[in-house]
Amino acid sequence: MRLYAVVAGGAFRRYATYRTATAAGVFTNTVFGFIVAYTYIALWDARPQLGGYDTSEALTYVWLGQALLMACAMMGGGFEDELTERIRTGDIAVDLYRPVDLQLWWLASDLGRAAFHLLGRGVVPMFLGALAFDLALPGSPWTWPAFFVSVFLGVVVSFAVRFLVAMSAFWLMDGAGAMRIVSLAGLFFSGMLLPLNLFPGLLGEVARALPWSSLLQVPADVFLGKHTGWGLVEAYAFQGGWAVVLLLAGRLLQTAATRRVVVQGG
Amino acid sequence: MAESVVRTEKKAGVPGARGAPEAFPFPERPRLLEGVRAYGLIMAMWVRSTMAYRASFAMTVFGDFAVTAFDFVTILLMFSHVDALGGYTLQEIALLYGVSATAFGLCDLLLGSMDRVGRRVRDGTLDTLLVRPVPVLAQVAADRFALRRLGRITQGLLVLGYALVSLDIAWTPLKVLMLPMMVVSGAAIFGAIFVAGAAFQFVAQDASEVQNSFTYGGTTLLQYPPTIFGADLVRGVTFVVPLAFVSWLPALYVLDREYPVDLPEWVAFLPPLVAVACWGLAGIAWRAGLRAYRSTGS
Repeated sequence: MRLYAVVAGGAFRRYATYRTATAAGVFTNTVFGFIVAYTYIALWDARPQLGGYDTSEALTYVWLGQALLMACAMMGGGFEDELTERIRTGDIAVDLYRPVDLQLWWLASDLGRAAFHLLGRGVVPMFLGALAFDLALPGSPWTWPAFFVSVFLGVVVSFAVRFLVAMSAFWLMDGAGAMRIVSLAGLFFSGMLLPLNLFPGLLGEVARALPWSSLLQVPADVFLGKHTGWGLVEAYAFQGGWAVVLLLAGRLLQTAATRRVVVQGG
Repeated sequence: MAESVVRTEKKAGVPGARGAPEAFPFPERPRLLEGVRAYGLIMAMWVRSTMAYRASFAMTVFGDFAVTAFDFVTILLMFSHVDALGGYTLQEIALLYGVSATAFGLCDLLLGSMDRVGRRVRDGTLDTLLVRPVPVLAQVAADRFALRRLGRITQGLLVLGYALVSLDIAWTPLKVLMLPMMVVSGAAIFGAIFVAGAAFQFVAQDASEVQNSFTYGGTTLLQYPPTIFGADLVRGVTFVVPLAFVSWLPALYVLDREYPVDLPEWVAFLPPLVAVACWGLAGIAWRAGLRAYRSTGS
């Protein structure tokens, strides 16, 4: 356990090293926040209360999306590039030889990464968004811890999905294609482009049931106070359920994949 | 290919590479032509290397197609709730979208790897490019040329096609000419931003995301009508970073719509001039950046 805490801490510091990159990222998130915010204002002007949100709730949703984009890795990014590269080059054989669990190791490092991105790339855009627009910030102080628990579960779900994809590199050799398609699904089905409440009919129902809704839609609704009491428990159960199922699937694939590893020497 | 380049370098000797043209087997050519030829060669090399993993290539083409398609799907989903956004119909927005997405896609295909300059400065591999007898800009632009970006252009053209078929435009010869002019000048304006952004990375080595906010952010902005943005933002993308000339101003002429922030009608014909001016400035920035470059020595 201590080991994994150290791994997470190391990942946090590693990302904290890139200060200019973080500043550049904050700038980008803020620019996109403004562009999307204006499109939402136009949309909610035409249809107030769309999707059960008023305009300021919709704007809050926009800035939450920008704040969580990197932490929940909605477009992918983070450990999976490194892991697939290690699988492709065969360095993975060394990792498997180490007395640590592959999946837990990368989970710990991804949690460290997410924690940094939440602070480094989440706080400032959210603050600037709140300065420029009228946002619906939580009324109750308890909403904040409830929100962070939901974000944590979202990060675990996001990790579990990306780990599964990275494992596919054992068969595909080059994981880039599969990763791209999953990052795409993440972008669309997390609700990053448009809240999933606005997706019509069956598409909406499917989108809300998929694991990616744990990355933004659920945490945002917790933040906006749409899940309270038993509703909050249900939301957590939904995220936690997906986390468990996907982590187990990743574990199965990892076991199958490691049997395929042939150490070539040289 | 890579092999032969390395050998040439060794023969030339690193320090005197530029001063010793007789060491190279290539005939002398004008610099621009040389750059284009080098771009083509490097591009062909990357295309061949991409084709080594065909399944992955197919998936990435589809991915690039779909990631941009989702932008338009988002607009479609918005229009499942409203009839007009900022006073514009879906077909009109499709025209703005199609022009901006196609122009950006074209530029992204040709110059999309420019944002890797920062990484090359950091890890020292830019030095390798400097000693080759080929314009650095051509090498950087063709670096990791990604044919998969055709997916983005295809998507833009499809939406543009949809707009042209469904819109009821009173076509004049001038309006017809406007279409290819918009796409080509638009791609050039985006290209100048890519080059200027890359030049900026000589100074701020890991700030490639700043560039993204002007390129990717720019194309997202242009996909929506100017009426929904604040007047200051519209002035900013007209007079400071002239993105409005990519699609808004010429497309509004085609649509017979009012121009934002009280601009006169003739600004719709400026995009080629704006593109040339942008490339002039970007070229100066690139040269300044390259001259200021100090190797990390790693």
